[in-house]
Amino acid sequence: MTDPLIKMVNINKTFDGVVALNDVNFEIGHNEIIGLIGDNGAGKSTLIKVLMGVHRPNKGMIYFKGKKMENWSVEIARRSGIEPVYQERALVDKQCLWKNIFMGREITHNLGFLKVQESREKTENLMRKLMGFTSKSITPESIVKNMSGGEKQGVAIARALYFQAELIILDEPTTALSISETRKVLNFIKMIKEEGKSAVVISHTIYQIYPVVDRFVIMDRGRIVGEFKKEEVSMDELIGKLHMVADTGHIS
Amino acid sequence: MVKNLRVQEITEVELSLKQKIVEFTRRFSIQLSIVGVLLLLFSIFIIRNPGVFFSPTIYRAFMSSIPFSAIIALSLTFVIINGEIDLSFPSVMGFGGWVFASIYLATGNIYLGFVISLIAGACMGAVNGLLVTKIGIPSLVATIATSFFWRGALMVLAAGKGIPLVITRGTVLFNILVGRIPWGQIPMQTIWTIIIAVFLWFLLNRHRFGLHVSYIGDNIESSKMMGINVEKVKILVFVQLGIFAVFSGILASLEVVYLWPTLGEGYLIKAIAAVFIGGTLIYGGTGTIFGTLIGAIIIGCLEAGIIAIGFTGFWTQLLYGFVMIIALSIYAYLRRRR
Repeated sequence: MTDPLIKMVNINKTFDGVVALNDVNFEIGHNEIIGLIGDNGAGKSTLIKVLMGVHRPNKGMIYFKGKKMENWSVEIARRSGIEPVYQERALVDKQCLWKNIFMGREITHNLGFLKVQESREKTENLMRKLMGFTSKSITPESIVKNMSGGEKQGVAIARALYFQAELIILDEPTTALSISETRKVLNFIKMIKEEGKSAVVISHTIYQIYPVVDRFVIMDRGRIVGEFKKEEVSMDELIGKLHMVADTGHIS
Repeated sequence: MVKNLRVQEITEVELSLKQKIVEFTRRFSIQLSIVGVLLLLFSIFIIRNPGVFFSPTIYRAFMSSIPFSAIIALSLTFVIINGEIDLSFPSVMGFGGWVFASIYLATGNIYLGFVISLIAGACMGAVNGLLVTKIGIPSLVATIATSFFWRGALMVLAAGKGIPLVITRGTVLFNILVGRIPWGQIPMQTIWTIIIAVFLWFLLNRHRFGLHVSYIGDNIESSKMMGINVEKVKILVFVQLGIFAVFSGILASLEVVYLWPTLGEGYLIKAIAAVFIGGTLIYGGTGTIFGTLIGAIIIGCLEAGIIAIGFTGFWTQLLYGFVMIIALSIYAYLRRRR
């Protein structure tokens, strides 16, 4: 049997004595879209930050493709192909498109001087072919701040795919987006699946992400309290389970 | 599919000349505005006193005095783009100048004094960077503290006395740093300012380091997520300002062949004003070296210009404030339109 893409075993994380994650076991398969759901304070963001290497767990182990990863960090997570696509935090708003695409992975000469023209050309290609931007008003020099929420997420997802990300993390990707913008983002998530990659989608709006998710993982108060494949549970049942967890702290 | 993208030829979007001009003015609106303010000022100066402003004498005076604050302002631009502030550079300038003069007088080796004082500048900058990144003190207060510390250390070590530097005249380093070329016309500090401006422009706009400085000032969380070494970049940003502050301090001391223990005082507001007049955003993330250079020229020529057109020196600060309000209002308007 193939090892999962990511396996997090008995992860514990506390902040100043407050338990944020309590013996969490979490797996992400190859070419799988996971919906990570739960109320505020459930531990979703902390779990993702541990996965991203931003927080070091107090206890527990992370396996990447079956390999035990010691000293897991942001650097190692990125090298392993884990890419965050956070609506507000994935991009640098005041910078132009091509700088955002190559942020942290600039195309340079030996001394660190940029290959600006090459960066612009590659961004142009990505825009037209992968992001589907056809408007002439958006160019590699366009400032990201002026783009819509959906377009920004498209940029971040295209960036992740361009750099051969294995796993893309989307944090509340449809929050505060219009219907058409939400549709764009959901199409981008479908594209991740079509490209053979995996994603974790953190969201409160289950009805929006339900169509694109393969498996739902429900968290509450630092624990995983339930996991369901989409074919096992309807959207209404899932929402009902989420309410039950919020009221009682468990699914039964 | 993704791999194929890397080799696909792009389709050039043909733009008409008019569109190109519109695109150029839109992209460089901040820089064009600051040039407009400079031209407006000089037009007023020339109309009111053509005798002075058509003579090369006043420009020679500008070229010998503006570089000291311009070099610091250019370097400070990186700190502000990075989302930080440094108020200690006047003291760093003074302390570094004292290190230079003291080592030279003690050893007779001007180059040793020069190199060690620049290293001292780097160390003073690193102290600021470490206080901000490792200890977690906000740069505004951290650099107020180090400003007192280095000025105090200078006062204690120099016992409040200045150091004559007349013996530096005629040395090769003196001529390289503050000599006059060609035929005594252009002060070398102007050449250094241009070299530093070009260097810092490339560093900010054409080097990975400059982009990381902007990214961190724009969105520090995003920068961390994308694997940028935020602490290292921040420390280096303070280090480079330490080096350039000391360099400027040495130039200023050699120009008057005297090290004043108060060296650096008076540059604080001028350098900061030059950066903001130049269009750098106080919130970080964006700014221009070109704008800062023009801002420094405006600040540097305003006082002489005001007096030359018949106002008294009392008007200086009022007009500094006025020019700043005009420039900042233009930028605020342009940014809102964007």
